[in-house]
This record gives sequence, C-alpha cells and structure tokens, in this order.
Amino acid sequence: MWRFIALRTLQAIPVILAVITITFFLVRMAPGGPFSSEKAVSEQVQAALEARYRLDQPLLQQYLSYLGDIAQGDFGPTFRYPGRNVEEMIFQGLPITAELGLYALLIATVFGVLTGVIASLRPNTVQDYVPMSFAMIGICMPSFLLGPLLVLVFGIWLQWLPVSGWGSLPGDKILPSITLGAMYAAYIARLSRSGMLEVLSQDYMRTARAKGLPAHIVILKHGLRGGLLPVVSFLGPAFAGLLSGSFVVETIFQIPGLGRFYVQAAFNRDYTMILGTTVFLSVLIVLFNLLSDIVAAWLNPRLRHQYNANGNNSK
Amino acid sequence: MQQSATPDSVNAVPRGVSLWQDAWSRLCKNRLAMFGLLFLALIMLLCLLAPWLTPYSYEEQNLRLGAQTPSFSHLLGTDTFGRDMLTRILYGGRLSLAVGFIATAVALVIGVAWGAVAGYLGGRVDALMMRLVDILYALPFMIFIVLLMVVFGRNLLLLFLAIGAVEWLTMARIVRGQIQSLRQQEYVEAAHSLGLGTAAIIWRHLIPNALGPVIVYTTLTIPNVMLLEAFLSFLGLGVQPPASSWGLLISSGVETMEEYPWLLIFPGMALTLTLFALNFLGDGLRDALDPRTSKD
Repeated sequence: MWRFIALRTLQAIPVILAVITITFFLVRMAPGGPFSSEKAVSEQVQAALEARYRLDQPLLQQYLSYLGDIAQGDFGPTFRYPGRNVEEMIFQGLPITAELGLYALLIATVFGVLTGVIASLRPNTVQDYVPMSFAMIGICMPSFLLGPLLVLVFGIWLQWLPVSGWGSLPGDKILPSITLGAMYAAYIARLSRSGMLEVLSQDYMRTARAKGLPAHIVILKHGLRGGLLPVVSFLGPAFAGLLSGSFVVETIFQIPGLGRFYVQAAFNRDYTMILGTTVFLSVLIVLFNLLSDIVAAWLNPRLRHQYNANGNNSK
Repeated sequence: MQQSATPDSVNAVPRGVSLWQDAWSRLCKNRLAMFGLLFLALIMLLCLLAPWLTPYSYEEQNLRLGAQTPSFSHLLGTDTFGRDMLTRILYGGRLSLAVGFIATAVALVIGVAWGAVAGYLGGRVDALMMRLVDILYALPFMIFIVLLMVVFGRNLLLLFLAIGAVEWLTMARIVRGQIQSLRQQEYVEAAHSLGLGTAAIIWRHLIPNALGPVIVYTTLTIPNVMLLEAFLSFLGLGVQPPASSWGLLISSGVETMEEYPWLLIFPGMALTLTLFALNFLGDGLRDALDPRTSKD
C-alpha cells in the first residue's frame, strides 16, 4: 500500500510541473496581452509594470522565478485589480466554491447511490426503469440548461426560491447546489447500479444469504462495499468536473466564487489572474485525483497489485 | 498506417459477416436504440438540408418583427432580432453536430493508432506510451481548453482540435487493452508466420477485431464532445455570433427567458433530445456488440 501511495505521488509531481509550464508559456504567447498593452502609458508606468512582472529579464528567468514564487504561495499581483494579489482573490472565492461543491457532491452521492441501489435490486422492472430514466435525463441535461430552467420554474414562475446570490437570501443556495450536483447524481446512479448488479451475482453474496443473514444486512454490508467501488474511482474525475461546472453555475446564479473569477479573468484577459487560477485549480485537481486513487486502492487490493505489476513491467 | 485494406474487405470474411449481422439484429430488437438511431438520422437530415428546407436566413435580422410566439409562418417563433427560431436551431445543429463528429473523428484516429501500436508492440514502448497517456489523463483539460480559447482567440478549428485532443486518451486505453488480448490469438501468429508486416497485422487483423468496443465508445464520445462545445459556447468562449450553435442559442435564450421562454426551451430541447438519442444508441450498441459487458 505504501509503495502504491509513493509511486502514485511521484507520478503527480511531473504532472503538476507540466501544468505550470504549459500554462506559463501559453499565457506569455497570448497576443494582445497586458504585456503588449495598446493603451499608451507613460514610460514610467510601463517601466514600473515591467519591473513588477520582471519583464526585463529573459523569459526563462521569468519562468524560474515564477516557479519559485508560487512554491512560496505568491501568485503575484492581478492585472485588473491594482493592489490586489491573485492569491487574495483565490482565497476570497475558494470558500464559496468549496461550499457549493460540497453541497453538490453530497446531493450527487446521496441521491445517486440511493437511486442506483434501488434500481439494481429489481433489474428490468418498473423499479429499475423509472429511476434510470431520470438518471438519463440528468446526463443529457447540461447544467447550463438545467440551471436556467430551474430558475425559470422555481424562481420566476412559482417564486419559491431566489434566482441568484449566495448566502444573502434564505434558500438561495438550493438551486445552485442542485444544478451543479444533478449530472453527477445521474452518473453515480448509473455507476452504482451496474456495480451493484455485478456484485449481487457473486458467489459470496449467495453465501451471505445462505448463512441466513437478513436481506438488508447482505446488501448494506456485503453488497455496498464492492458495488460502490466504481463510484469511489469516479469521485476524482467528478471533482474536476465540479470545478469546471462551477464556472457555469456561478455565472448563472451570480455567485462570487472561484469559478466566476476564472470566467471573468478569461473575458477581461487578466493574464496573471488566469495564470494563477489555472495553476491553482490544476494542482487541486491533480491532488484530488491522487486522493481518490489512493482511497480506491485501499478499498480494492486488486487495483494495488495491478499497479505494482505495471510498475514492474516498465522497469 | 498502411492503407492496404478497408474494413469492408474484412466484412467479406464469412464469420465476420455473421458477427455483424448478429449484432445488427440484436440492435434492431432494442427499441430505445432504434428510436435513437431514427431520431439522429432525422435531425441530421433536417440540419443538412436546412438551406433548402427553410425560406428564412439564419442571420438576417428583422427588428420590426421582434420576438414572436410560435405560429404557422414561424413554427418555433422568432428571436428578439426577428430571426426564425427553427432556422437558427437547424443551422446551429449543423455546427453542434459537426463539432461532435469531427472532434470525435480526431479522437478516434489518434486514439486507435496510439492504442494499437502500444498494445501490439508491448514491452518498453508500450509502458512509455501508456505512461504518457496516464500523465495527460491527470491534466485538467477543461481548464486548458478555456485557456486555449482565451489565448488563441475563439477559433473553430482550434476548438475541434482541442476537444479531439482531449478525448483520444480513453480511446487509446480501450484499444490497447483489446489489442493486447488479441495479439496472442493463433490467427495473428499465423499472419506473422506468413510474413505479414507489423503495420499490416495491426491494420488488417487487430483493429477490425477490436472494432466493437471502439464503435461503442465513439458513439458515447459524440455526446460528450457536443456538451463540451455547448459548455464553451455558453460561456462565450466557443462559437461566436452571428454563427449559431445549440450552446450559443441556449446562452442567448437564458438572457431573455423571463419574457420569451421558448427561446430557451426549443434549443434546449434540440440539444437534450439529440444527446438522449446518442446515449440510447450507444447503450444499445454496447449491448449488441459486446454482450459480455452489457448492463444485465
């Protein structure tokens, strides 16, 4: 197990480095960037700008010093909000996005697993078809369509819930969380249904039942552990999806989170902000993937051995 | 890759024919999948023939008309600029479907070639190639595509390539797994001892036999790609007006949904139903082509 964790962690390092490198040089290649501003600025201001972003040094030098800066948690000043640092903006938006993501993940896991397990207990009956049809709708209805439709129905027509904001009106967190979580609930429902179906037909399940255990214990204790493995492996990629989903949801509901900052930075061509947020989000995603892989391997020893075997092959 | 044979000549082998016919008959029995296939054929035909089907232009504005509710002259109403909504949806569909199919084709070509070579050669080459796939897998591509669109401007060709470049990874893994298990079969050994080269063996014997899962995954990739395009267009980072795509139509529908909800609902239905059809077809194909991994 430790060998697995060590190998997997080592593999995450080049990925993080690659992310930073690609992002840095891509942003520098951008035409019409702040570093070649069309606006006429006085020579003094220009010089100050260049000194601040170390533009007088060669590109490689800039890159290396940027690496050093972010290792110390310094993402540099933003371009559009003078006097504010990128990491300030990130940590201002992060708690909101994290809360939104957490609610969405909770909704997704609870509803997804419940639906999937219920459907798997009586496959190919109404109890299977009805929940799985809803799951299919969830997969085919993107958040940028579901969100506005929910707003239209519950916010504008029925006037039950606020249409935008975060934490300022009672109930304004409900619609964004559902919007963000719905698609993942659908995926998790499908994954846990097929996972459960596979486990339920295994011999050890028959043994458990033959021992005279009551049905709910068999399903909860023996079935779920194996049946939900695919769900655990899915949580890593789902986290990345939730982050990019938050771009859309925060834009729709005007939530001042990280996702909205990112989209705004993309529109404003605030390059230092884009650079900083991309690096930050990417590292977060890589780390979360690592975590979900480790949990999956902990639950399923076969994965570990497979990985070790692959590692040996590569010499 | 050597162009020595097309998949058609493979189908001519007697056993191959029976396999595909078998799969086809199984697919025909799946009502949802057949519905998906028919719906897709219909919507593709409508979108392709759009210039001949509709008397309206998709970009010409008629401000005096304004937003109209659906009527006989405008079946799905008009948008706030007085443009016929059905026409906009059909033209938007051309773009959305084109992105879906072209980007998937890019992913298909790269993924199959990469996976086949890695799976057949095995050993150190395989380990190196697949480790690269692992690393790319871990990159947060969604964010990179947004970044690419920001840095290089909103270029359609770039959009195709970027999305295609993301989606090939899973394809490569699937193909590699298939090829690895096929490589040890006797007929490959036979072909080898008959003096057939590596490229010819991969192209003529291995890829056709790995085709089932590839077709299934391709069908399931198209809706993903279309979602990605719609996502980017919704954020204003994909297709730019006056061109239209379903994501863009939904995005502008959202702005006016309070007064004119049909401007959101119709393009939304077009996208959702098409994705439905593709997913049903993909599930049906999986059951038909790959009975072992079928759902039940």
